[in-house]
Amino acid sequence: MQVKSRKVDLAEGDLTPMIDMVFQLIAFFMVLINFAQTEANDRVVLPQSVLVKPPEEALQFPIVLHVTQDGAIILGGDSYTVDNLRIGLSRELAVIRAEGKSPADANVIIRAHKDTAAGDVQEVIRVAQDQELERFALRVKEDRS
Amino acid sequence: MKVRNRQEAVKHEVNMTSMIDIVFLLLVFFVMTFKIVEMEGDFSVRMPLASDESGAVDDTELPIKLRLRADDSGMLTSIQLNEISLGVDFASLQNTVIGLVGSAVPGDDAGEGPEIEIDTDFHLRYEHVIESITAVSGYKEGDQTVKLIEKIKFAKPRR
Repeated sequence: MQVKSRKVDLAEGDLTPMIDMVFQLIAFFMVLINFAQTEANDRVVLPQSVLVKPPEEALQFPIVLHVTQDGAIILGGDSYTVDNLRIGLSRELAVIRAEGKSPADANVIIRAHKDTAAGDVQEVIRVAQDQELERFALRVKEDRS
Repeated sequence: MKVRNRQEAVKHEVNMTSMIDIVFLLLVFFVMTFKIVEMEGDFSVRMPLASDESGAVDDTELPIKLRLRADDSGMLTSIQLNEISLGVDFASLQNTVIGLVGSAVPGDDAGEGPEIEIDTDFHLRYEHVIESITAVSGYKEGDQTVKLIEKIKFAKPRR
């Protein structure tokens, strides 16, 4: 019996359009990825205001303080209370002084949760004032509605 | 003429599988880490520690006093501007500030213009403080922002 060799017909799809699309998607996400969001903290939901606009240039010598809803203060990944915040601020100020600047040159950025007690924010400002800091920025989300 | 033994053209196909794998990994990474950027801005507050040797203070330099009261749950219960009671209406607060400040629009120098001192109950929700700062700082007129009071400070915290 004669057996004829059968050729298996391999259907190969054209991958070019898919690869094009995938590369375009990657380019899109790469352009839009925002590394500056490292300032944000998941435990803080900022209040909104129609008046604020994103600053044209970044603040000099920023010290970012997150104040959570329960009044905890987060500085550089460490959690503080009003009583021991002075220690964290001293560390930050040591860096600023090492650069030949004074505490008055530093900008304290306060990112407080919208439902936190206003008194907690005032206490943070008071502790920072004790450390000779005097420039504060109350960070707010832009309200475009 | 008949040509015999013509060899088939050899096709060299590059194996795309590994590249597609990596490309999809990259895509998944960017999709997972993607976060829509929320626009944020600042209200600047300059508050040096008050010195004891300030001496006699001129009455004309006294800041406008804004008193915010709250109930135990932190909700705003009253707004008082220089002894004028305004309920809990931020629009009234803004109109009163416009009446007080009038046409004294701050100049280019950020150090000029009237000053306001915010005295708030400890438990008041921070959101309401920002609302009041928004009301006294200015208002939007189309795309333009009309500034009212730029110098803001806080009174001592009330425990």
